[in-house]
Order: sequence, then structure tokens, then C-alpha cells
Amino acid sequence: MAVGAHYGARDWLAQRVTAVVMTLYTLLIGLIVLWHGGLDYASWKAMFASTAFRVVSFLFMASLLFHAWVGMRNILMDYAKPTSLRLSLQVAVVCVLVAYAGWTVQVLWGHA
Amino acid sequence: MRFRIYRYDPEQDAKPRLQEYDIALDPHDRMLLDALIRLKSVDDSLSFRRSCREGVCGSDAMNINGRNGLACTTNLKTLAEPVELRPLPGLPVVRDLIVDMSQFFKQYHSIKPYLVNDEPPPERERLQSPGERERLDGLYECILCACCSTACPSFWWNPDKFVGPAGLLNAYRFIADSRDRDLNDRLDNLEDPYRLFRCHSIMNCVDVCPKGLNPTRAIGNIKTMIVKRAV
Repeated sequence: MAVGAHYGARDWLAQRVTAVVMTLYTLLIGLIVLWHGGLDYASWKAMFASTAFRVVSFLFMASLLFHAWVGMRNILMDYAKPTSLRLSLQVAVVCVLVAYAGWTVQVLWGHA
Repeated sequence: MRFRIYRYDPEQDAKPRLQEYDIALDPHDRMLLDALIRLKSVDDSLSFRRSCREGVCGSDAMNINGRNGLACTTNLKTLAEPVELRPLPGLPVVRDLIVDMSQFFKQYHSIKPYLVNDEPPPERERLQSPGERERLDGLYECILCACCSTACPSFWWNPDKFVGPAGLLNAYRFIADSRDRDLNDRLDNLEDPYRLFRCHSIMNCVDVCPKGLNPTRAIGNIKTMIVKRAV
């Protein structure tokens, strides 16, 4: 059995870093909701009108997508045994996640 | 005391079965291994491994009421009846409670479980400070019973690729040894998404280790060292 792919550490670290980014963003949203005493359409719209908030939101989505990639690949490495099946499913996951990234940009900046 | 024991002889049986035993124990029978030896005196076809009978050799590891452990260090009073005994999960069964440990030892040997030091040996011995020696505590005590690796889902799914908690604990035992000179090669050998990073800190290994060791912590230390080397 050939092993020794010499990667893994970066993804392991990235999964933790992206988790921290997502936690901070979730706390930020929670604080904003508490600050406003709930969110209505007007304040939600005002919040997303700021470029800084859109960038931070994009950072959150990028973290989520990369986190999901590492996690999904881990699941596939554990359970999808035939290499061809594993590779096909991994490609499918990458396609879906990249499509989500495009959709995120469209949602955040599409109506600017 | 009532027992339900996994019985399987691949040469005779089409499939495994659970056999019921009800046996009167002697007051001196305190550990599960005592009961197993008594059972074998009644039914000599029952097969299991045992040797030191005091938790040092690691031969009598088995799945006891759903949990991996050593028969010789498991007190009968702690067991709910009927006591269900099965071979260690995830390894091929040779017969009854005896499993084929080849895959387990193959992974163990893959981490070079010995000191590597090409420097000329001193006249007497390679000395360590008490602090350096202390770093090996919680690592050198591993008896290779395989309770941890066979309780690890990552080892179940990829026993040919994932080193497993026992192998990785022993890998760290040599990584942490001040007398070893093979650190970089050892880390290279483990920097692999399967060999090391299949560990998702499930911690079944810590839960079942009959010696109270913590493979998850050792694996975490290896991961940290690889990350420190890279960033």
C-alpha cells in the first residue's frame, strides 16, 4: 500500500482557522442583533449596504466553503473506497462548493 | 455466572454464533480471565489468548460487554450479566476470541519503533536528564494490546493506511525521545492525510486504554510539530 502524500497538515490547520473565523462572524451577528434589539428589513438592508460588512460576510462564506471541503473530503476518504468513486465524488463536491462561492458573490454584490 | 461468547472456527463453521455458558465460579475467581480459564476447563474448544494474567503482556484483549479491555484486569464484579465476549472488532478472526493482529503490527512496524541514532555510542550509555526521561511517561507504557486501535472508527475504515492510535502513540514515544536523531524523517513518514490525519480526535482510544494512556494527546502533539515545522 503506497502512502506518503505529504499533505494534510495545512488542511488540518485550515479547518481550525476557518472554524475560528466562522465563530467570530457568528458572534458578530449575535452582537449586532442584540444591539438593535432584533433585526427588521430596514436594518438588515442597511447592514449589507456597507462594503466592509459584505467583505466580512464573504470571508465567512469562504471559510464555510473551505471548511466544508476539508470535512467532505475526510468523509469521502473514510467511506468511499473505490478510488474512481472517491475522485468523482470529490470533484462533484468541489463543483458544488465553487458554484456556491459564485452564488455568494452574486447575493452580496449583485444588487449593489 | 452467565456468559454469551462469540464462537467461530472458520474451518468448520459457516458463520459465527454466540454460545451461552452458565458456570459456577470459585470464590477465588476475581477477574474475567479466571472465569475464562474455568470455562475452558469445561469446554476445551473455547479459544482465547492469554499469558501474563496481570495486564502487562496485552494478549487477552477482547470486546467485553461492547467495550474493549483486558480480561485479566477486568473485575467480574463490574460486569453485567450475561457477560458478552467478542473478539476485538475490525480484525480478521482466527478462531473464537483470537484475532489476526498482522495488520496492527504492520502499522506498528511502519513507524520505526526503535531508537535511530548514528552518533558513536558513548562508553557506557546515552544519558538523559530527568526532565527528558519524564517526557516518555504516558508513552512507553503501551503494551500493544490493540484495544485502542480496534476501538477506533478511523482504523476500522482504513486499517491498511491509517497507522492507528497505538502506532501513533509509539511514534510519538520515539519522536519525544531526546536520544533519537530521526525526528525529521519520522515527521515526514507521518505527514500524510491517511497515516496521521485520519485521526479526528474521536477519543475511543483514550476511553478504552487499559493502561490509562492518551493516544489522542500524543497524536495532537505530532500534528502540532508538523504544523510548527511548516508555518
